[in-house]
Amino acid sequence: MLGLNKKDLGVLLLVALLALAAPILLNPFPADSGMAQFNAGYPDLMQRFVIFGIFAIGYNILFGLTGYLSFGHAAFLGVGSYSAVWMMKLLSMNVIPAIVLSVIVAGLFSVVIGYVSLRRSGIYFSILTLAFAQMSFNLAYSVLTPITNGETGLQISLSDPRVLDGANAPSYPNLFGAQMNSAATLELGSWSFTFSVGYYLCAFLMLVAFYISIRIFRSPFGLMLRAVKSNQQRMNYTGLNTKPYTLAAFVISGMYAGLAGGLLASMDPLAGAERMQWTASGEVVLMTILGGAGTLLGPVLGAGFIKYFENIFSKINDNVLHGWFSFMPDGLEDFIVTIIHPFVGKGWHLTLGLLFMLVVIFLPGGLVEGGQRIGRMFRRKKSDPNTPDGETTPAE
Amino acid sequence: MNILEIKNVNKRFGGLQALGNVNLNVAENTVHAIIGPNGAGKSTLLNVLVGKLIPDTGSVMFDGQSVLGRKPYEINQMGISRVFQTPEIFDDLSVQENMLIPCFAKRDGAFAMNGYNSVGSQQDVMDKAEEMLVEMKLADKRHMHAASMSRGDKRRLEIAMCLAQDPRLLLLDEPTAGMARADTNNTIDLLKQIKEERDITIAIIEHDMHVVFSLAERITVLAQGTPLVEDTPDNIKGHPKVREAYLGESQVAA
Repeated sequence: MLGLNKKDLGVLLLVALLALAAPILLNPFPADSGMAQFNAGYPDLMQRFVIFGIFAIGYNILFGLTGYLSFGHAAFLGVGSYSAVWMMKLLSMNVIPAIVLSVIVAGLFSVVIGYVSLRRSGIYFSILTLAFAQMSFNLAYSVLTPITNGETGLQISLSDPRVLDGANAPSYPNLFGAQMNSAATLELGSWSFTFSVGYYLCAFLMLVAFYISIRIFRSPFGLMLRAVKSNQQRMNYTGLNTKPYTLAAFVISGMYAGLAGGLLASMDPLAGAERMQWTASGEVVLMTILGGAGTLLGPVLGAGFIKYFENIFSKINDNVLHGWFSFMPDGLEDFIVTIIHPFVGKGWHLTLGLLFMLVVIFLPGGLVEGGQRIGRMFRRKKSDPNTPDGETTPAE
Repeated sequence: MNILEIKNVNKRFGGLQALGNVNLNVAENTVHAIIGPNGAGKSTLLNVLVGKLIPDTGSVMFDGQSVLGRKPYEINQMGISRVFQTPEIFDDLSVQENMLIPCFAKRDGAFAMNGYNSVGSQQDVMDKAEEMLVEMKLADKRHMHAASMSRGDKRRLEIAMCLAQDPRLLLLDEPTAGMARADTNNTIDLLKQIKEERDITIAIIEHDMHVVFSLAERITVLAQGTPLVEDTPDNIKGHPKVREAYLGESQVAA
């Protein structure tokens, strides 16, 4: 079905189910309980999960398949955001033209940057992309202020022309009238689940992006990209021109980044230069490696993992910690809180860094490899005590 | 008829004359060996043929067309395939995937945006790759990681990948360098079999005299960047100039 084999179709359906049920699955704790702060099922964060999932899926097509480590992909994310906001200012608050233009502009932008950067490989390629991204960031921040509104960031205002919108069109990003921030809340006992229009639009586009990425992975084109990573010399002496292959991969991943940027702006109609900064480029590298570069699911997992940390761990402050350890004697409580303090709240980067180091050292294949190892362990345990059908347990 | 015609090729690297007035013709459907002591310019000549180096003067015609100024992938698409001294294969891919890549290159050319249909659905290419795997006795290793194969099998795979493109000229750069005796003999047998079964010209650069005299129909001796003699193996063996410039020296060295 859909031109996929059984295993890939299974993975796609699993991702679709998880995306559909995310508002429920990510809210396992009752709203008024102490654990509610670990709930991730609110629209803003779920949108981030899937949008950065798209960003990482696209980045993985370049880095995971061809091995070219770009340090400038945030530039395409930023360009996508600016294009989307401009579309909403000039044309319509409907998100469709905004998203379409953000993909196109990011694609054109990546043709130019890719064409120049791909003249070199290895560390020089990385530095070139980093230089381009920082140039874009600084231009957006200062010289291009008429287009980007500099430090303040590009915003929508009531005086915008919006030539396609009628007099009583919604003044917030919408999809044919359904506003991105509108949501339905379901109360079940003390649990509360929010289903928002914006999240489901992003999730749908993430599934489309994921599906296209599976097709690319399994195609002759994907095979050639893996060949680029493996041995460019042999490719050249096998009658294959590597340049257009790497450029195509670069542009495709740039367009994914543009889509992610356009969606960010569609969920919250503003675009700032900081979206292009090198830390943002580094974040997508972390996501891809943490999840598992070159695997289908890895980048999505990595994106979810990092965004969860960023939003949830950073909320744990000293008051929360004191609350947790209040059962201890005073001195011990203060001692424990002092020890944990640097790792949570504003220090969440420290925890993330440690986890990243652990993953890179012990699980070079990322979280996906971890999952596979656990799966294998279970299969072995099951098949050991004379159960011959233990091997039929599906992988992943 | 000559498939390869090299005329007055010169190449200097700074003060070193790597190739000096090289004239060499390779006749179609023969096995032509190029031998010579270290630094004789064998590898430089090979790199000129595949487009890695551009000579200072001279012309190189393959089947009536000039190869000079063309990129390696363009020369390959003209029908020249190269086997490297250390096997150059796609280490990270499976043996079957290694075999599929030249088959796609043969069908789709230097670049094709074939990004939608899966590899497995392209039956013509799958069949061609399978046929080559069976012919080269690699079929039982098809799901093996290419990096984990033995040196001899890697060499066999590399030759298979070159043959999958149906080249008219196969260039081999010291194909048995660093191989055990048994692997060397297997490679010789493999090349003999290829020569028997196909219309193909083979040009081979080699140090190992055993390999050269088992395979070659013509031999060119290169010394200090210039061809010394060109003749049949029997005549080369007894040629006084060759003994002096090459064989004598290598016997002493050995």
